Amino acid sequence: MTLSHDVLIVGGGGAGLRAAIAVVEDDPRLTVAIVSKVYPMRSHTVSAEGGAAAVIRPDDSLDEHAYDTISGGDWLCAQDAVEVFVKEAPEELLRLEHWGCPWSREPDGRVAVRPFGGMKRMRTWFAADKTGFHLLHTLFQTSLRYERIARYDEWYVTKLLVDDGRVAGVVAVELMSGRIEAITAKAVILCTGGCGQIYPFTTNAAIKTGDGMGLAYRAGAPLKDMEFVQYHPTGLPFTGILITEAARAEGGWLINKDGYRYLQDYDLGTPSPTPVLRSMELGPRDRLSQAFVKEVEKGRTVDTPYGPIVHLDLRHLRETVIDARLPFVRELCRSYENIDPVRELIPVRPVVHYMMGGVHTDIYGATPLEGLFAAGEVACVSINGANRLGSNSLPELLVFGARAGVAAASFASGAQDLAIRPAVRAQVEDERRRLERDLLQRDGGKEPISAIREEMRATMEEGAGIYRSGSSLAKAADRLRVLQERFRSVRLEDRSRTFNTELLAALELSFMLDVAETIVHCALLREESRGAHQRVDFPARDDHRFLANSLVYRDADGSRRVEYPPVTITRWPPGERVYGR
Amino acid sequence: MVDRIILRVTRYRPESDTEPMTQEHEIPLRKDWSVLDGLNHIKDHLDGTLSYRWSCRMGVCGSCGMTVNGEPKLTCATFLGDYAPGPVRVEPLSNFPVVRDLVVDIGDFMRKLPRVKPWLIRSEQEPPAVGEYPQLPAEREEYEQFSMCINCMLCYAACPVYALDQEFLGPAAIALAQRYNLDSRDQGASERMDVLSEADGIWACTFVGECSAVCPKDVDPAGAIQRYKFTAAMDSLKALLLPRGAR
Repeated sequence: MTLSHDVLIVGGGGAGLRAAIAVVEDDPRLTVAIVSKVYPMRSHTVSAEGGAAAVIRPDDSLDEHAYDTISGGDWLCAQDAVEVFVKEAPEELLRLEHWGCPWSREPDGRVAVRPFGGMKRMRTWFAADKTGFHLLHTLFQTSLRYERIARYDEWYVTKLLVDDGRVAGVVAVELMSGRIEAITAKAVILCTGGCGQIYPFTTNAAIKTGDGMGLAYRAGAPLKDMEFVQYHPTGLPFTGILITEAARAEGGWLINKDGYRYLQDYDLGTPSPTPVLRSMELGPRDRLSQAFVKEVEKGRTVDTPYGPIVHLDLRHLRETVIDARLPFVRELCRSYENIDPVRELIPVRPVVHYMMGGVHTDIYGATPLEGLFAAGEVACVSINGANRLGSNSLPELLVFGARAGVAAASFASGAQDLAIRPAVRAQVEDERRRLERDLLQRDGGKEPISAIREEMRATMEEGAGIYRSGSSLAKAADRLRVLQERFRSVRLEDRSRTFNTELLAALELSFMLDVAETIVHCALLREESRGAHQRVDFPARDDHRFLANSLVYRDADGSRRVEYPPVTITRWPPGERVYGR
Repeated sequence: MVDRIILRVTRYRPESDTEPMTQEHEIPLRKDWSVLDGLNHIKDHLDGTLSYRWSCRMGVCGSCGMTVNGEPKLTCATFLGDYAPGPVRVEPLSNFPVVRDLVVDIGDFMRKLPRVKPWLIRSEQEPPAVGEYPQLPAEREEYEQFSMCINCMLCYAACPVYALDQEFLGPAAIALAQRYNLDSRDQGASERMDVLSEADGIWACTFVGECSAVCPKDVDPAGAIQRYKFTAAMDSLKALLLPRGAR
């Protein structure tokens, strides 16, 4: 075993790149590497569109950003984390500006801001509607100036190595050659993003398969608040491609089949021709997606071959506004729907977008497993609580990517060199055997990967969607158990070592099944409705029982255990979420 | 009765094949399906051993570039219906070594990219606390187009110069250098000059313009290269004619 670094980062998207830069800037003696299953600039950060929130205007304040975030999260956010987040977000976005990020500008040359859902002030920085793309490429290109950031591009991490309660590195497969190697490290930072691919209809890229959540969970680190799955209210039917919230922030309307702005019927305010902050189309995502379901139930949506939809109307915005502020929306609508939003209505429906939950960390990105850190969507600090506000995820991955980088650097510089003990060597050999013998040379498997995957997705949508119930979740849990069993006889036909994407798909599916079980399990136990978790059998928020985060552990025997530590409340006691009034 | 279309897909397995071969699959022709959806149908239902890259399926991650009926395309943004009644030929991108099936090795580009220093260079790095570097909307527009490159490699696949001379920096790398050269906040144009002005830099380009024609994001690498040639020529002229202090 010769591959070794002080700090190893798994995932080369926004959080991973920011963490890597933080490590090299923090301690010039440390060696750092990023291992990623895709080239960093292919990471899913690239698909973020609308913007990044940070207080910069004199009429705004950190407390208001904090309050919007906490009320948006239905009081499940860790308030100490939110305070850190809003304080450090402006500095992080300015740093990106200094690194060349092409933020859109005001006529006088200052960085421009736009409104966003659930935000009471204009504080969302943007680069037209390709904010994530520009942010990722700026970070990636900036990372190239640091020769000390080593990269393992297109390597897939299959296992975390744990030595006596402490992380010791990973086992990874190089896709190009198929070689399986241990990469040891004093500290590992997970930055692998979310797991939208667990659901049938998602904005998430194909690579978003919950790998990091699965890795941490199997290594004994707890996952937090997994039952909170965000449906974004406006995805294109069939593809699930995201139509950014910025389309509504610039003045777009959501209308049902009668042309009626239906959000006014759901305690979100009254219609006004121009956008009003924290009102109507600028309400929070959970409430907007829930309103859609109610419209379906009332028979006021439009039926299509891909299910019911409503319309997003941008026609009253001028072509010049659409081209200047929403060019990607126009491009996507033309390519994938054959329509021009300047003249036509955009068909949309809610679509799985973001995991509020993830690997449990403190405000330094540290998990309870010594030497393991996490940042970005894979992690749950939590600043997002029961429902994330749009434009908080990009600053989150910067703030906590940087924090995790600094904390991991400090941990690694204080840690002793890890002698590779027999226990770790044995883990590596076990993993090699699993990959080579049990999977690559498997004979007689009969279950197609795609069949199990499709059934998992249908199970999740039916059982753990926008609205859930005890019975829908119990049924989903049963079906997932059966799918886990079927996965044991999964069929693999590809024997090649070279770029074996079938092996990759099987490993990803296995992580997804584990993560799906934690979502369903935690959703079943949370007998209340809060934010994105809506139980039809427990329709009210229950602060008495559930003003608490759920922490799900996988015990050594494979069983699950859930704990409920209380939410950290600093200055904002639980209250009513008020929008549009 | 579902319409169907034939996909002719290049297969190459280095462990067993001496050269690429073509595999034919008949798949459903659905109105909304991209070429990538067709490949996914093959992988999920007909042959799980087919290898190719893809991720965002919305034309922004740059993973799924392949040759479709002879042209370099993002397969997620290229639709089967436009090729009806078929057949459709799907091959790996040209000008790159083939790793397997539809997967090519883009390591050459990844090694070239840092050479053009695609990052903002300042004589002094100020802390974020000084606030943003002001930039007027018109100044942003100067480089915006070149910042849209998604590194999908279609321009390298189309470039006749790169086909003959793999040392050529190539369209995307030069466009990205120009993206920073033209950014009003950048002070690093002179540092990028050496590599861009080398024989394998801008001067190797014969201005065929194929790169700009195939770019799915309307970046105009050919334009970037022409513009830079002019800048470089003026700079060398100035160096010849003017005393040092006046340059």
